[in-house]
Amino acid sequence: MKKTFRMRDLDCANCAAKMERAINKIDGVNQATISFMTQKLIIDADEARFEEIMEQVVKACKKVESGCEIVR
Amino acid sequence: MKSLSKKERKNLIRIIIALAAFVIVFALDKIITLAEVFGGEGGWLFPFALYLVIYLVIGYDVLWRAVTNICHGQVFDENFLMCIATVGAFALAIYRGVTGQAIEGFDEACAVLLFYQVGEFFQTYATGKSRKSISKLMDIRPDYANVLRGGRTERVYPDEVAVGETIVVNPGEKVPMDGIVVKGQTTLDTKALTGESLPRDIGEGCEIISGSVNMTSQIEVEVKKEFYDSTVSKILDLVENAAAQKSKAENFITKFAKYYTPIVVIVAALLAVVPGLVTGDWSTWIYRALSFLVVSCPCALVISIPLSFFAGIGAASRYGILVKGSNYLEKFNNADIFVFDKTGTLTKGNFAVTEVLPADKKEEVLALAAVAEKDSAHPIAVSIRECYGKEAAGGYTLTNIAGHGVVASKGGDVICCGNEKLMRDKGIDFKEHPGVGTVVYVARNGKFEGSLLIADQIKEEAAPMVRELTDMGCATVMLTGDNDAIASRVAAQIGVTSYKASLLPQDKVTEVEKMLAAKKDGDVLCFVGDGINDAPVLMRSDIGIAMGGVGSDAAIEAADIVLMHDQLKGISLAKRIARKTMAIVKENIVFSLVIKIAILALSALGITNMWFAVFGDVGVAVLAILNAMRVNSNYHKKSPGALPEAA
Repeated sequence: MKKTFRMRDLDCANCAAKMERAINKIDGVNQATISFMTQKLIIDADEARFEEIMEQVVKACKKVESGCEIVR
Repeated sequence: MKSLSKKERKNLIRIIIALAAFVIVFALDKIITLAEVFGGEGGWLFPFALYLVIYLVIGYDVLWRAVTNICHGQVFDENFLMCIATVGAFALAIYRGVTGQAIEGFDEACAVLLFYQVGEFFQTYATGKSRKSISKLMDIRPDYANVLRGGRTERVYPDEVAVGETIVVNPGEKVPMDGIVVKGQTTLDTKALTGESLPRDIGEGCEIISGSVNMTSQIEVEVKKEFYDSTVSKILDLVENAAAQKSKAENFITKFAKYYTPIVVIVAALLAVVPGLVTGDWSTWIYRALSFLVVSCPCALVISIPLSFFAGIGAASRYGILVKGSNYLEKFNNADIFVFDKTGTLTKGNFAVTEVLPADKKEEVLALAAVAEKDSAHPIAVSIRECYGKEAAGGYTLTNIAGHGVVASKGGDVICCGNEKLMRDKGIDFKEHPGVGTVVYVARNGKFEGSLLIADQIKEEAAPMVRELTDMGCATVMLTGDNDAIASRVAAQIGVTSYKASLLPQDKVTEVEKMLAAKKDGDVLCFVGDGINDAPVLMRSDIGIAMGGVGSDAAIEAADIVLMHDQLKGISLAKRIARKTMAIVKENIVFSLVIKIAILALSALGITNMWFAVFGDVGVAVLAILNAMRVNSNYHKKSPGALPEAA
């Protein structure tokens, strides 16, 4: 399932790249891209476990930039 | 400064206060030497305290982030490294103070963080501004629809309206979904959609496209497509996803950043320890190592590349050109083979009388032809009647001679109107028309009156556009179903480098595949079509460009670049934008890398100090961003005939 999320207060381009790498490593994520310019996360992940995966995604992003929020 | 968000404004005030305080303290220090104010052994404590306050004011958030991130195990975090550099500089200065050496270094530690913040602020501001210019395009999103239900209008969300319902669009409102006008007449502003600033008049029975703005009067529209399926949703979707298609340059730079920071940090660590062990001069080498850390943040690089692409995509969209991703813009820069579909792309795709011979008898010849073609629905007949523009004389008996033409007779008056076969059949001595296209000869009572040339009209901007592409070193190829005679003539008029004639619609894919196979590795083949029946070719080519994208879903989906209008100038314009974007991207990569490496080398050799390092770092970021913003400049000046710009 492919979904798009807005990312609030994503302030640094390199952090976006780091988050993208971190999210792509999560089990069940087929592909994730973060666009720093549009402040969006486009994620394609296992539908059955989507919610659980998103929890991990949020955690991974918090680790990189604690001020950044994924609007769900 | 109105455009700043609350957070940004707060930050700006903080930076200004800290900067002012820093300048005052720094100037005082230089004039009266703060360390001597109280004198004695602990004299250094006074300037230290002043600088420390400024340091905390400007850097508390960086320090805090550094602490939290290190708890999260982010070792190569920029905040953390910046803190090490500055705290380290403070420590060195304190060390000097304690050991009774000359007081220096506090100002540096403070300045590094201060200018780092200035740079960060500027980055946020620039990206925010760039984002806003793009979101202007997003203004086409309609917020509501007035739907007619049970004789009353209800205001609902656009996605709640079903196909077949009737909506009311008032003047000043956006059309929420695609449909057909069932009541009323108005003028539409499609500027945001097509970049075309000329308003469009529409009336009952006309198709109406969502995203355009109703300008003059109320209309009722029967909904033909649900919101998610309407043009406006498709376009928004496309623009929003454009940035997700990352370019090679972007991937290169993020990959580079991934290794850059750790390498710089490791080198810094070595620099701090190894020469110290050898020479015993610890403070000099630790200082140099700290300078290294100041330049360890790759953010300037990482941000300037997507910013350039984003600005490029934004610039294009202002002219009604939708580029579906950074990667396409990057590829389009290298595009050097342009394949055009003739009908509907290079030509208007409609038959029209282009020439009447003899010219001085134009009206008479047309009048006669119109009489003969009065009832026919054939495109040629329609074009003749359109050109004549008046009601043809009636009362004639019309006899259609298949494959030849029409004979009209009334009493003794006989008008023959048809091709050369008809003329020969009737034994009429006619003068052959020299033009290429469909020729209709007209004779009255056995006497030749004149001839009409009916042809597909070449778009006026076709030749200048092809010339511009040729000047840029691109090859241009025209594909057409016409016979060789017509094709060669049209090709010569437009100036394309080559053409392929007598192609059936399905041959187009094969022809393009042949060209794809024959091209060199570095070549990029673009196919330009009007989006009708050529979706497979659009997909197959390296870059598919669809013209007149508004209203053609298949084209929007299949193409990589969509021209929302049908003006060919958009192609050369898009090419210019792609070129400029890529030039700036390359400039930024080279420039930032060279400066960074130069600063690293000079710091290692001790030629520069931390001041220089921070100015270099922030300066590079600012310059790269300013350079990136240059992409979104005006593309009119260079070409006087370019498209009108959407405000």
